[in-house]
Amino acid sequence: MSSTPIDRVAQATPKKVARRIKGLSDRAIAWIFVAPTIFLLLAINIFPLIWTIQLSFTNYRANRLNREVENIGLRNYERILTDSDIWLNMQATAHFLFWTITLQVLIGFTLAWLIHRNFKGNAFWTTVIVLPMMLSPAVVGNFWKFLYQPQIGLFNYIVSFFTGRDPSSFQMLGDVDLAPWSIVIVDTWMWTPFVMLICLAGLRSIPDYIYEAAEIDRASKFRQFWTITVPMVLPFLMLAVLFRGIENFKMFDLVVQLTGGGPGSTTELTSINLKREAFEKWRTGYASAYAIILFVTVFGLASIYVKALNKVKER
Amino acid sequence: MSAHSITAATSRAKWVAGTLVILYAVITMIPLAWILMTGFKSPSDAISYPPKVVFEPTLEGYVNLFTTRTRQTEEFLAANPPENWADEIVRQYDMVIVGPSKFGERFLNSVIIGFGSTFLSIFLGTLAAYAFSRFRIPLADDLLFFILSTRMMPPIAVAIPIFLMYRELGLSDTHLGMILLYTAVNISLAVWLLKGFIDEIPREYEEAALIDGYTRFQAFYKVVLPQAATGIASTAIFCLIFAWNEYAFAVLLTSATAQTAPPFIPTIIGIGGLDWPAVAAGATIFLLPVMIFTILLRKHLLRGITFGAVRK
Amino acid sequence: MKTRRLATLGAVLGCTTALATPAAAEELTLCWAAWDPANALVELSKEFEAESGHTMNFEFVPWPNFADRMLNELNSGGKLCDLLIGDSQWIGGGAENGHYVKLNDFFDAEGISMDDFAPATVYAYSTWPKGTPNYYALPAMGDANGWFYRADWFADPEIQAAYKDATGQDLREPQSQKELLQIAQFFQGREIDGKTVYGAAIFTERGSEGITMGVTGALYPWGFKYENTPGSYDMEGAVNSPEAVEALEFYKEFYETATPPGYTNSYMGESLDAFKSGQVAMAMNWFAFFPGLYADPDIGGEKIDFFVNPPQNQAGSTLGGQGISVVSYSDKQDAALEYIKWFAQPSVQAKWWELGGYSAHNSVLNDPGFVDSQPFAGDFLEAMNDVQDFWQEPAYAELLLAMQKRVHDYVVADQGTAKEALDLLIEDWTETFEDEGKL
Repeated sequence: MSSTPIDRVAQATPKKVARRIKGLSDRAIAWIFVAPTIFLLLAINIFPLIWTIQLSFTNYRANRLNREVENIGLRNYERILTDSDIWLNMQATAHFLFWTITLQVLIGFTLAWLIHRNFKGNAFWTTVIVLPMMLSPAVVGNFWKFLYQPQIGLFNYIVSFFTGRDPSSFQMLGDVDLAPWSIVIVDTWMWTPFVMLICLAGLRSIPDYIYEAAEIDRASKFRQFWTITVPMVLPFLMLAVLFRGIENFKMFDLVVQLTGGGPGSTTELTSINLKREAFEKWRTGYASAYAIILFVTVFGLASIYVKALNKVKER
Repeated sequence: MSAHSITAATSRAKWVAGTLVILYAVITMIPLAWILMTGFKSPSDAISYPPKVVFEPTLEGYVNLFTTRTRQTEEFLAANPPENWADEIVRQYDMVIVGPSKFGERFLNSVIIGFGSTFLSIFLGTLAAYAFSRFRIPLADDLLFFILSTRMMPPIAVAIPIFLMYRELGLSDTHLGMILLYTAVNISLAVWLLKGFIDEIPREYEEAALIDGYTRFQAFYKVVLPQAATGIASTAIFCLIFAWNEYAFAVLLTSATAQTAPPFIPTIIGIGGLDWPAVAAGATIFLLPVMIFTILLRKHLLRGITFGAVRK
Repeated sequence: MKTRRLATLGAVLGCTTALATPAAAEELTLCWAAWDPANALVELSKEFEAESGHTMNFEFVPWPNFADRMLNELNSGGKLCDLLIGDSQWIGGGAENGHYVKLNDFFDAEGISMDDFAPATVYAYSTWPKGTPNYYALPAMGDANGWFYRADWFADPEIQAAYKDATGQDLREPQSQKELLQIAQFFQGREIDGKTVYGAAIFTERGSEGITMGVTGALYPWGFKYENTPGSYDMEGAVNSPEAVEALEFYKEFYETATPPGYTNSYMGESLDAFKSGQVAMAMNWFAFFPGLYADPDIGGEKIDFFVNPPQNQAGSTLGGQGISVVSYSDKQDAALEYIKWFAQPSVQAKWWELGGYSAHNSVLNDPGFVDSQPFAGDFLEAMNDVQDFWQEPAYAELLLAMQKRVHDYVVADQGTAKEALDLLIEDWTETFEDEGKL
């Protein structure tokens, strides 16, 4: 192991590096600077990815070392794509994605728009609002489970305070109809600030003279909003959606802590299902194929989306 | 945000906007405030109905978080008077403290792995970002995009081959293994952000230094680095926060020696079920540093978030 | 901490550090679940430390994470645990994948005989393939799923009269599953001491093994079988027999009509909480918790009593409990074996029971004083006579997760019918056994 460049680079003090590469050509320096990063990515990202692809054609199980590994071609892919339960997981994921993004965009944009009024103390309150997204989703999600407890939980109590419903008459995490919403609520609480910040950057990028020109043309505030503010912020907003989309497609920690996929399998997002296949059932080959399918899905959707985004930007 | 004549909001609009934003901020803080409060409740207060806002604060949750306790017979309790205040707290349940809990160790692991991987990410990332920024590297754009796209993989998917690889190399449940893994995950963002910061530093500075007889490396070290310091700092905070909060890899690839706090905190149990005050105490101790960081360094952080996202 | 890190570093650098020095005092790590008996074991192990000079460390993991984390540890070839008290269903995987050290030679050399332990526990905790004399663990902790109830409420004349009014029968420890449900339904929503109480806390947990362990408590008494012929993996007509369907429907009815609200994902801890907070009249849980419950200052003593899982068509209880194994990746196997040798002694086993562990040693169980030594001791013996366990196949985790999903989908998420759930379960299991090459 001591021969890996990562170790060598990590151990070498800048001084030594300096002495060694003094007088080296720019080209050499460029490669010396880039090489460790590339090597690390090759070792911990690319090589494993290739390995995953290779495993996805086998029936390998990481917990059965004495078992013969067979090459079974595309059978894993076939099984996954025809498994109706996995399609249900995909649906749960889609529901989660759609609603978290919708809510976050609506609330996030509104907040950014309000903050952009530049009221006194807006910097401080922006920071406060941003706090949830800086925290560990697993730790926070675990505590939200407590807030959602029927009867003793604060969430149910607050709902009952405003609606008059008995706080033990409903359960956010245990009810088939409510559980998908309970995870949407927490994710929205946590990540709306992110959308807000991006939108705020968008709003601040709009030069004042555009509005001034519109004023001279006597465009109404309403019209200004729809013809200037929204189109100018749209590329930013779309970026925020891209990031949230990718992140929430990968969603694991928060939901696993909240519902663990339950009740039944109603909130079993693809990542949670993948974890069960890979690290509880130990169907490594099968899970690898699953992972590749997910990766291709995200990558494909993201690429299409980025194309659309570039068109919007060009306009 | 300079004051401007026509487009500036009226004071009434400002007042309404301010009120709404502050209202949202207050609502958003309730869960966090509840964590803080629950940490100082007794177990029975924590699960009382209706939820208690006013309660008698106790350090029970914190004592339970840091100790392991066992029930003892009355004779034993009578023969051994409590040694300190913490002992006195657990005595009300006929228990005695028998030793420290694992929380301290797990917290320390979080610190070691968090700072270790941040240091490595920044060290390697700055070098790479400088190279990408200043030199013509063949296929640079493809490389950069490729570096970023590795973040699209769900962590569970990445964890499958990593698990197998680490098992072969003996890196499972080690600090080194986790540091390398977090570095690999962080480095793409680090390079991306840092390249942006370094791009902003005018090339003329270095060129002047080169003319003065500096080597390329000295120019990098003595001119570029100090200029990029704030950028590096805010990138470092991002890396640190990611490593600090990370759960999926930690839960799959560590079990004890290198286990960090996030997979550990949800499993803190008391006698019987989850000990919510202890969980809340653990969460408070774990979340507080990040909150303080965020508030102290808000300018760099917020800039970093928008910068990282918008540049793409 | 530090030595371990250095050791890891050594391994990483590819250095072969000197192999374990014999006869030296070792630091052994024993892994188990975090629960009452684990604390008793810490207490018990102090004697071993004093006698042998070795130091014992413990890694106790809460039940919901126990299987996940420990199997992950074994599958990654981890050296964390020298000794592992692993769940009974792990024995197949532990043996076939080489995680556990085979103990036959050691038992022979040390004169430890498996005949000294209760046959049901040896069968369930130690042998692989099942019932053959190949031992991978020493029975450490006998256990089964049982029930406890509020004896003070059951003895209350007013409540008794109300029960008589409502059902025409006397309120007593239930003699059948249906009577159990009837009593639970009677308590559901009742006002007692100014508080609304509920029938019973049962297992409904989704993530690990909870709901399966709970539902089998109904399935076994109804006569559920995993296979038509043992060893044939022929499940059609056994797993989805009319009795099995009825039992599953029964469990769902129980969940819907006689459990406290919000207990949609509850296991051992939640069951204890519900009972200790005075919310429920009855609760199911492992015998392992009974000593702690009986000693509880608030709800123990006179206020609590225990009963075996009631029969229906036949007697049947869900098996819990574990054997203690030596992990094959450990560098300290000799010291770990020393621990097992020490633990197998009748005197230590007697102390184990005294401290709250369930010894499986005949010298303890057959002792004439055993039945009266604790209020639940007799129930324990009775339960252990009729225990059944889940599949112990190497693929057990897959089989279990399938059952968790199908049962939770039906019972808690209210999807499909009981028959459909069991049919789907057979499909899942068939697929697994096909993958295993057993079908």
